[in-house]
Amino acid sequence: MAKLTYREAVRAAMREAMAADPRVFLMGEDVGRHGGAFAVSMGLLEEFGPERIRDTPLMESTFVGAGIGAAVGGMRPIVEVMTINFSLLALDQIVNTAAALRHMSGGQFSVPLVVRMASGGGRGLAAQHSHSLEGWFAHVPGIKVATPATVADAKGLLLAALADPDPVLVFEHATLYPLEGEDADDTPMALGRAAVRRAGEDVTLVAYGASVHKALAAAAALAAEEISAEVLDLRTLRPLDVEAIVSSVARTHRAVVVDEMWRTGSFAGEVAATIMEQAFDELDAPVARVASAEVPMPYAKPLEDAALPSAEQIAAAARALF
Amino acid sequence: MAEFLLPKLGADMSRGRLVEWVKKPGERIARGEVIAVIETDKANVEVEAFESGTLEKVLVEPGDEWLPVGTPLAVIGAAGAEAPAPSAGEKPARKPEAAVPAAAKPAPEAPRVPAVPPPKPKPPSKAPPPHAPAVPAPRAAEGTRLPASPVARRRAAELGVDLATLRGTGPDGRIVLADVESVAGAAVAKRPAGRPAPAAPLTAAEKAQEKRARMREAIAAAMARSKREIPHYYLGTTIDLTRAMAWLASYNAERPVTERMLYGVLLLKAVAAALREYPELNGFWTEGRAQLADSVHLGVAISLRGGGLVAPALHDADKLALPELMRRLQDLVTRARASSLRSSEMTDATVTVTSLGERGVEAVYGVIYPPQLALVGFGKVVTRPWVADGEVAPREVVTATLSADHRASDGHRGALFLDAVDRLLQEPEKL
Repeated sequence: MAKLTYREAVRAAMREAMAADPRVFLMGEDVGRHGGAFAVSMGLLEEFGPERIRDTPLMESTFVGAGIGAAVGGMRPIVEVMTINFSLLALDQIVNTAAALRHMSGGQFSVPLVVRMASGGGRGLAAQHSHSLEGWFAHVPGIKVATPATVADAKGLLLAALADPDPVLVFEHATLYPLEGEDADDTPMALGRAAVRRAGEDVTLVAYGASVHKALAAAAALAAEEISAEVLDLRTLRPLDVEAIVSSVARTHRAVVVDEMWRTGSFAGEVAATIMEQAFDELDAPVARVASAEVPMPYAKPLEDAALPSAEQIAAAARALF
Repeated sequence: MAEFLLPKLGADMSRGRLVEWVKKPGERIARGEVIAVIETDKANVEVEAFESGTLEKVLVEPGDEWLPVGTPLAVIGAAGAEAPAPSAGEKPARKPEAAVPAAAKPAPEAPRVPAVPPPKPKPPSKAPPPHAPAVPAPRAAEGTRLPASPVARRRAAELGVDLATLRGTGPDGRIVLADVESVAGAAVAKRPAGRPAPAAPLTAAEKAQEKRARMREAIAAAMARSKREIPHYYLGTTIDLTRAMAWLASYNAERPVTERMLYGVLLLKAVAAALREYPELNGFWTEGRAQLADSVHLGVAISLRGGGLVAPALHDADKLALPELMRRLQDLVTRARASSLRSSEMTDATVTVTSLGERGVEAVYGVIYPPQLALVGFGKVVTRPWVADGEVAPREVVTATLSADHRASDGHRGALFLDAVDRLLQEPEKL
């Protein structure tokens, strides 16, 4: 399997989808001539032309709304919102319209819309661009939330999102774009399936997005201390693969949930509550959470590092369970 | 569908060998029926089924392998159109471990001990690991909830481990799964494949020696635990048995030898009846508090020919007429020495009675079998000068002693209990 970067994998998925289906098109801020704020759509304008690679005004509410309209009208739009912070300007479109239209129309309309955006901190982009709010969207029934952590998933989950008849939000962690890895094979991926990234026996580290890699680093550190940690990558927050979480915890009896959201109201809380509800009798220790410090993301690198979950914090949280 | 687990048949039982399947796959089983014979460190025990059903599948074949308590032995399917079990109506109550030999977990009100522990009630008890004596652990203060993880609680219930006897090694002293499994020897059960096979076959003499050593080890674990955990107090009194012995002599004189009664039966009945008046001596100390038993099941200490002892239960001794009590006692002694006790007898005793009179001593101050609350001892019946009605006369007397758990009762009540035994023995015809 060829090696490529996460960024290239997202691009490859879009290229593949556009080549295969004339209804697919990309729109968003700077996705055309600039090649995307994170250079994801670089070269696509030349390849597919301005009809299918459309630069939009700086007006998230409008272009996400346009995406919804296009989807309802039979197209398969991919809307790129530059960062998750800006998606809040489109919250009304996403929550009140995209998520609800199938329900409110009694199933007459579906919204096969894909919204991609960069999320998360770690790139020195400060509080305007670095937050993790994917759990807010995962709160909303009617939309699906994917958080690819690997190169293969960056491609496979985006293709799965495009194949889905309902709106899917794909959160690409901003630090993952340069990540190199194996390309996805041709097997279609399903939304709602978690993956064990590292098998272990003593504690389950539940993570998604970039945190998966921190959890893997923590697991490697713990292995040196003879603590065998399993790393479970959620891959999608909605639908949530409860069965995978419960079956892992049933084997390890301990869980640390890692989340880059702020601790209060974090998605990690949802996972922890689910474990408590469905695997209480399997627990040998309270479910631990490692989340971001409750501050707007600092710009200064040392402070940003201190605010984000780290492999050391994850390992320490796991150790404290024994 | 239920798993039939290797039951814990005593405070000192951590493992057992499957000697024989009495029931075969496909056979129906009524609750209380003997399903298998298990060898413990102390005896061969006929284990009774806890619930009715069909023996669907045996998971373990008889053999020399020692299996940890809690090992699934068979699968018992739903009862279907089964007739109600012999002891239907009796809820399998909480079953604290028994005191004696290989016995424990008497159900205060259930005459039969489940071979499969019921899922809900938590059978407290602690099994010392086969080769390491139990670690002493401070018991939780009464009324405090033990810090134990959910899975540790669940596993302890499955294995019949009393959490109150464990020392938690988790954060802040929390009892975690490993604490439960290490004490129950169940960690081994998780990977049965890893169990080493027994080496060369042993000679009969070696086997007997090994068996004696195992029994010693089991007794050592239970007795050490008792002295470690139970604050004993001891009381003794000398009881005038003249009337009782005279009544017994006339009773026996009218009967053929086979129907004659031993004076020990009078002592047992008097103890059982007195325990009804002082229930705080009858039951178990589990989970940091006394759990009084509704029934009086006397554990009768019986020494074995090869050394060691067992103390199987005489069920409902307080309710049995003397001749019936005599018959049951004889049966129990015979079967104890033939190593064919039943699991309910190994687990149900709510108090122990020991008599060393035949061995020539005048008093015995016994060690309580955990988690029981008391042990009653009798010495030999001797003729002594006795003052009655201002005159010295020779009387037949016996010294009765009480060893009791001071957590559950006080000397005042203990004294009243011994006094009641005395009073009851003065009217043997009413026993």
